[in-house]
Amino acid sequence: MATKSLKKRESDLANSNRQLEILSNGIFQNGELPTFKDKIAETNQFPLKAKKLEILQINVGYMCNQVCDHCHVDAGPDRKEIMTRKTMQMCLEVIKNTGAHTLDLTGGAPEMNPNFRWFVEEAAKAGIKDFIVRSNLTIIRANKKYYDLPEFFKKHNVHVVSSMPHWTRGKTDKQRGDGVFDKSIKALQELNTVGYGMPESDLRLDLVYNPSGAFLPGDQASMEKDFKKALMEDFEIQFHNLFAITNLPISRFLDYLIASENYEDYMYQLVEAYNPSAVAHVMCTNTLSVSWDGYLYDCDFNQMLELPVNSKVKHISEYNETLLEGRNIVISQHCYGCTAGAGSSCQGTVA
Amino acid sequence: MSKTYYDPADLRKFGKITEWNEELGTKFFDYYGKVFEEGALTAREKSLIALAVAHTEQCPYCIDAYTKDGLQRGVTKEEMMEAIHVGAAIKSGATLVHGVQMMNKVNKLDG
Repeated sequence: MATKSLKKRESDLANSNRQLEILSNGIFQNGELPTFKDKIAETNQFPLKAKKLEILQINVGYMCNQVCDHCHVDAGPDRKEIMTRKTMQMCLEVIKNTGAHTLDLTGGAPEMNPNFRWFVEEAAKAGIKDFIVRSNLTIIRANKKYYDLPEFFKKHNVHVVSSMPHWTRGKTDKQRGDGVFDKSIKALQELNTVGYGMPESDLRLDLVYNPSGAFLPGDQASMEKDFKKALMEDFEIQFHNLFAITNLPISRFLDYLIASENYEDYMYQLVEAYNPSAVAHVMCTNTLSVSWDGYLYDCDFNQMLELPVNSKVKHISEYNETLLEGRNIVISQHCYGCTAGAGSSCQGTVA
Repeated sequence: MSKTYYDPADLRKFGKITEWNEELGTKFFDYYGKVFEEGALTAREKSLIALAVAHTEQCPYCIDAYTKDGLQRGVTKEEMMEAIHVGAAIKSGATLVHGVQMMNKVNKLDG
């Protein structure tokens, strides 16, 4: 597996315009498959419009200790895009006044931002109902300075959401790198030790499953059952819920699809699994994504494709929730990833 | 492009068989869908049975379909290979058990 980001490798696909070109050409240009716009127009769901904000998702930087095969962020140790304290301060002003019930910190590995702990401490004071940190688990075991993260999360009542591609070592390490499974297991055990994920505990620990290859996730409830059984039997690990997330055809996953000659088949799968009832609940309709440099996007995927919000308000410094409500969502063919089957979002299925 | 009897893209067209006989096609797909629902057996177990049978039937479409289905359900490659061996064991057993018929015949004719 790769040890460098597409950007560091100077890959063609590090360029978001190139990705958007691929997603608009070929089978979508020659009419073999309908564009996402045409598909949602069939059920009068175009244009997609933002509803009331519920989830404020902040990406505090693309640096990560892992280089996962499927990463839509193209994150890795070589990425230098990190949110500054100044931008965090602007975010905090928004967090104090937002009507959103969920604050969702993501990355990269958010914990690698040097101001991460300060930001969490300050953000926790705002008293938002659900405060999520998306942790890749291995960061907790990556260096001594991170060993106390479970206690730190507990102190600030953070809801931990962690990636776990499979309950077996082979499939996990194939996607996320050698040794990731063992470190993730150890990290989960440590989170359990401080109370995270226990059945009656308020310390929420949820896992994110996304497929390790060119196929869609299975039924979320069945997968959750299988994960719970295997992790309990093999390692006595407990967690609350499993979110099954579809891989969107962008960035490193798009690179993988093309290199493995699975791109067209995968797009067919997504279009065939299109579920119009998922469209009404896609996350971009109730989420706003903030990038490391403070710009606003409809979702983390649009952020990576550099498709900013369609609004006068473009940056956290000029944030205005009322103005952002009702905006038209910016779409392309990658959006099929969120409307396939039971739908997909950072909170799992939506339909 | 070389012509072959099997084209992987044909699997996507399977639903079209209904166009030439809607009643029977629809009945078949309703039945098919029902068979694979969770029941006394889990959908996961049914998927593994289907994979094994796909091999004994040597249906390339079914092999593609149920390999992907298994991956979607989190089935590991070890589980898939074991399922196929079950199919292969029954196939070879079915061949070999006819050896008894051969033995009976030899014994009768030349015993």
